[in-house]
Amino acid sequence: MSTEQQLFAESLESVGVETRRVPPAGVTDAIAELLVGDTVAVALDRDDVSIPDAVTVDPTPAELHAAQTGVTPAAFAIADYGSIVLPSTAVGSELVSLYVDHHIAIVDEQDIVADMEHAFDRFDREMPDAYGSAIVATGPSATADMGSLVTGAHGPSTVGVVVVEG
Amino acid sequence: MATEGDAVRTNTQGFNQGRYESVADLDEYETVKDEARTIKEDAIDRLPELIDQLRSTVENNGGTLYLADDAADANRYVRTVVGDGSEKTVVKSKSMTSEELNVNEALEADGHDVIETDLGEWVLQVAEETPSHIVAPAIHKSRAAIAELFEEVFSPTEPLETAEELTVFAREKLGEWIQEADVGMTGANFIAADTGTIALVTSEGNARKTVAGTDTHIAVAGVEKIVPTVEDLQPFVELIGRSGTGQDITSYVSLLTPPVETPVIDDTDEETPLSEIDDDREFHVVLIDNGRMAMREDDDLRETLYCIRCSACSNVCANFQQVGGHAFGGETYSGGIATGWEAGIEGLDVAGEFNDLCTGCSRCVDACPVNIDIPWINTVVRDRINQGHEENFDFLVDGLTPDNEAGSPPLQKRFFGNFETVARLGSTLAPVSNWLAETTVSRQLLHRLLGIDPRRDLPTFHRRTLIDRFQDRETTVDTPRRRAVLYPDLYTNHVQIERGATAVRVLEALGVDVAVPSVPSSGRAPLSQGMITTARSHAERISDTLAPYIADGRDVVVIEPSDLAMFEREYERLLDPAAHERLATNSYEIMEYVFGLLENGADDAPLRDGDGTEVAYHSHCQQRTLDVEAHTVAVLERCGFDVLTSDVECCGMAGSFGYKSEYFDVSMAVGDELRDQFTAPETRERTVVASGTSCLEQLDSLLERRPTHPIELLVDRSPTE
Repeated sequence: MSTEQQLFAESLESVGVETRRVPPAGVTDAIAELLVGDTVAVALDRDDVSIPDAVTVDPTPAELHAAQTGVTPAAFAIADYGSIVLPSTAVGSELVSLYVDHHIAIVDEQDIVADMEHAFDRFDREMPDAYGSAIVATGPSATADMGSLVTGAHGPSTVGVVVVEG
Repeated sequence: MATEGDAVRTNTQGFNQGRYESVADLDEYETVKDEARTIKEDAIDRLPELIDQLRSTVENNGGTLYLADDAADANRYVRTVVGDGSEKTVVKSKSMTSEELNVNEALEADGHDVIETDLGEWVLQVAEETPSHIVAPAIHKSRAAIAELFEEVFSPTEPLETAEELTVFAREKLGEWIQEADVGMTGANFIAADTGTIALVTSEGNARKTVAGTDTHIAVAGVEKIVPTVEDLQPFVELIGRSGTGQDITSYVSLLTPPVETPVIDDTDEETPLSEIDDDREFHVVLIDNGRMAMREDDDLRETLYCIRCSACSNVCANFQQVGGHAFGGETYSGGIATGWEAGIEGLDVAGEFNDLCTGCSRCVDACPVNIDIPWINTVVRDRINQGHEENFDFLVDGLTPDNEAGSPPLQKRFFGNFETVARLGSTLAPVSNWLAETTVSRQLLHRLLGIDPRRDLPTFHRRTLIDRFQDRETTVDTPRRRAVLYPDLYTNHVQIERGATAVRVLEALGVDVAVPSVPSSGRAPLSQGMITTARSHAERISDTLAPYIADGRDVVVIEPSDLAMFEREYERLLDPAAHERLATNSYEIMEYVFGLLENGADDAPLRDGDGTEVAYHSHCQQRTLDVEAHTVAVLERCGFDVLTSDVECCGMAGSFGYKSEYFDVSMAVGDELRDQFTAPETRERTVVASGTSCLEQLDSLLERRPTHPIELLVDRSPTE
């Protein structure tokens, strides 16, 4: 593992995110291990990885509403914060990663950048063309407004990341 | 005065501690802060041009930008967008700017339902209260208080107790509203002019849903939120969570370039896959001037516009920790920086309601991620309030208040501001002045006329001042290692004479030729009362008096940290650059100076051997801002003392603050924290030392044992001497 990958793994652990590092062929099983209940996904946009058959790809709003887990690709990840960058796309990535209790993000290990400075270099390059909007997401949603820290406020209460080797 | 109790104190102190830990983890923290500061300076400098750039960017993206003159103008536009005639549901994510506008009331008056989706904001909406903190709006509400509120308002079927249960209940209630919502309203932490990208710094996910779950997005933001480019967001993204709540980064930093491409969905749609649903979405950004453009033209208030609303200045503030943002705040904003915001947006009268809670301790200066000189803004606003003040006691105090103020500051402020005159009279008339001052009649008069709390001990003036004792004395050092002026500050000169004499002795023992000339007081007293003109004349007199000594090769050694802070920090605003530079570079805190002497080869043999004596040390707030507190610990440890330090931000006395009747309770509540630290099992038996005069006064009133200045520990007081 490169330094970035090692650092990313450590950061993910510290923000309470479960990780699987697998070759492309292992992605299906990794998702299957991480998902909980009815699961929906957006298409992953690469031929060498596939999503478990039980998962509904490109769901209807009603299917999304009923689902407990959402699977979406991440544009890239930020090693020293353990952050994943979730693009807002026309196929509804933002909805599938947000309107669920459990979110699983898929990120290519080539797409792990070291730090925020590299991340913003990349935003500067990609934002206007690849995606107009993105969420830098770090760990599950949380609130301390009710007297102590609770994970799972309006967004997911757990996050899993599948890092694809190669 | 009314305080918000334990919840505020516990939460702000937790945030503050978290900030220390989190910024320590950030590589090159100071460099990142400087970058952030530079970006804001440049952005505010070029603001009109950036607004024009953003307007065309937003329009190219397919949105609309509206620049509102004031709250009424902004609300009028928002009401038009939401539409009248049909009742809409508007969901909001947390936005202090929308609080400033009172947009909820404006929309509700048109018959719309407006729902706060941030859990803290929603609690306040249900309770019909206002935010008491700019980041954690319901910080004053304990879990039990929220449970009670929900019980009363909603009568839930299952009793709600834990934070989890309360969160689940709120999420379900709010989830229904979000599903129904027509319009989503957000604030904006930052907006990049080059791409129109809005950064929203959140943790709950409600801001994401507010945007993704509605077909009309309205973002309201002060004009000062614009930065030139997307890349400029980087330092702020790294600083904002760390500075505010001590989180390295919040759960979500949304970088939205609206209108966003997310499909606009109807949850009941069972037919259409997401990829086939269009993203037909309206976007409006409402930029608000509301006094900001005038602040930009105001040399003293401009810095307020660099504020990124992180709340560090609230959390680090000892007084805020005790009283919370309802007392320490105006119409919308709270904490140290609120004086600038409220003065600029609402006016001096609103700022004046809470401005005196800032004691100028300066702990917020280091905490601020963009290095805003918050105490200075508070001082300037206090000065402006004084100018407009009308007082009818002038005939009583003219002799006692020979200040240069154009207006007429309140009597209490003039008394404390002219303390040099009071001290001089006190010494001239001592000991009679001390007996008189302590009579019941005098104390009642001082209380009634000047608001000096009768529960405070008054200083005891000495007839023979430090200057009287040392002014004409020849130094005892033949071949000096260095030559210095010991600065005879007001208290050391008139009240704590022995401390001054000890300082001379220690310095001479270390080979320093010491002079104690007659020098005026620093101007700290008038400055703290907002009497800037008077403070400036003090600064000029000090500079003129000390210049020849400095030119003659003497260092300036200062016992009182708040005076050293004047020379190093505030004089930059009061003197010409060369005069400030001369004094600042040649001034040293006394223990810092001793440290320097020892480091440079002075023999410590003449100093007392601490021999493991256990000491509890409270350094002074301004001393810590100047980074000269570690020297005291180092010197004491070198001399064999075993030192434990306090970790409160301020002792609560803060010069004259703790003497004022209206603040006595706050002062003592802040002091209680220090008392608790110095009466704990591991400190109970330790000798207490403190660097600041007012800290020593406060500790004297808090503890059974008598505190002393660290310099006193360096001298052998055994009878064999």
